[in-house]
Amino acid sequence: MISTDTDILATAEAWARAGRSVALATVIETWGSAPRPVGSHLVIDGEGNFQGSVSGGCVEGAVVEEAVEVIGDGAARTLEFGVADETAWKVGLSCGGRIRVYVEKVN
Amino acid sequence: MDLATLSTLNAERAARRATILVTDVASGAQRLVKAAEIPGDPLAEALDRQLRMAKSGMVESEGRQLFLTVQAPPPRVIVTGAVHISQAMAPMAKLLDLDLVIIDPRTAFATPERFPEVRLVTDWPDVALAALGLDAYTAFVALTHDPKIDDPGLEAALRSECFYIGALGSRKTHGRRIERLEAAGFDAAATARIHAPIGLDIGAVSPAEIALAILGEIVSTLRGPRRAPA
Repeated sequence: MISTDTDILATAEAWARAGRSVALATVIETWGSAPRPVGSHLVIDGEGNFQGSVSGGCVEGAVVEEAVEVIGDGAARTLEFGVADETAWKVGLSCGGRIRVYVEKVN
Repeated sequence: MDLATLSTLNAERAARRATILVTDVASGAQRLVKAAEIPGDPLAEALDRQLRMAKSGMVESEGRQLFLTVQAPPPRVIVTGAVHISQAMAPMAKLLDLDLVIIDPRTAFATPERFPEVRLVTDWPDVALAALGLDAYTAFVALTHDPKIDDPGLEAALRSECFYIGALGSRKTHGRRIERLEAAGFDAAATARIHAPIGLDIGAVSPAEIALAILGEIVSTLRGPRRAPA
């Protein structure tokens, strides 16, 4: 029931304390057969290193790219992915689900 | 997120205390609500509901989209008695994601052979429970039928805030148990916390059915509407 997502929060804290710039991505809404539940986390650093999962691999690349920008400008943003999305060919969810991901910087 | 907020979230989690992070998705504004602060919070109803389900989720309040990151400690079940019923409970608890700990100082009962992959503690319950700690996400179940073993465990449970206390035994057995606990200084309100006869009334006969009734009652207490504080 309780996922290992709390380990990701611990990792986010450890990375930030180690002086790395860090962003946290969280699945905030899902529709259809989304691969990872609401509340799943991904932690990303300024170099694009990441741990955790928000989609089981489908959109992590795009989230990491956005997260590096969030680290740069400090502004949180909400991303949406799904087959109906125009970027579907690039980063769509093969399962047909849709997810919203909130990406914020850890200050 | 502030590093301080993240740090508090992690510390509360490590201390097995429930916490909810409220994030305004549009503005990025965030605040932390600890479990004890929920009743007085403007979002009390939504916070309580999400916490009981141990699920993060989006809620709307006054036209704002708020994401609730729910950190609920993993629920534990601590049992005195490495008996037939607890043998049946072990695989069921695992399926339910309930961390099971079995205490029994009788080392002939508490053997890894009888309880593969279960955490067994062979100290006396008062010693074992002091080390394990009983908190609001712990259920305590007394199954030995032996007051020497069950009573110290029940006394520790009654002094704690654990969310469920159950004791095996007939009404007559339980009547004598209450007399002993009252003699030990517990009042009627305290002893009323004990679920006895234990388990949901499903007509359970076999040890596995009794285990099911007990775990059903534990889940219902964990997920059901919050009871008024005693």
